[in-house]
Amino acid sequence: MGVEVLSMSTDSRFVHKIWQEQELSKMVEGGIPFPMLSDAGGKIGAVYGVYDEAAGVDIRGRFIIDPDFIIRAMEVLTPEVGRNPDELLRQIKAFQHVRDTGEVTPSGWQPGQVTLKPGPNLVGKVWEVWKP
Amino acid sequence: MTELKDGCVQPARGPILPSEDVGKPIASEEVSKVLARVGGEAPDFEATAFVQGVGFKPIKLSDYKGKWIVLCFYPGDFTFV
Repeated sequence: MGVEVLSMSTDSRFVHKIWQEQELSKMVEGGIPFPMLSDAGGKIGAVYGVYDEAAGVDIRGRFIIDPDFIIRAMEVLTPEVGRNPDELLRQIKAFQHVRDTGEVTPSGWQPGQVTLKPGPNLVGKVWEVWKP
Repeated sequence: MTELKDGCVQPARGPILPSEDVGKPIASEEVSKVLARVGGEAPDFEATAFVQGVGFKPIKLSDYKGKWIVLCFYPGDFTFV
């Protein structure tokens, strides 16, 4: 898919290293392959709207950024619920498809399914081409 | 990207605002404003990182311009979820 992943928390790079060595490498073979960034003080999280000042940590925020450096999607959760990687992958595939083709993807779209070509001829006719 | 000569405390630049004078550190009150929004440009930053097989190095988000990027924040290492 050609996507670069970066993770970020308020932990220091030293903690990231030991977390990788002591725990993550036992959960993922070879360890986490992407850079683990440190947001000391939460300044970066604040700019991205995910810094919880009371707790002093960045909450679960996820951003898809396209090759033009434009944020295409964001998802922010409070810490107790984990994310769904399948939905992240679906969104990336959809945004890549839109960028490549100019078509748009209806609700719940998966690769290979019907896309829509916006234009005067489609107005009021979506029901004819898209049958969820 | 050069590897860090590592000391105990080595602050990275953090958020890089469009108006920022090059190299000038930013006071925290200036960055409390949320700048990230869908359809808008990703706010740039520089942070120190641990990279498997490489070690410690500074990373700028804009180093990845031209590629698809997923940026994930999470509350903390050694937590549960």
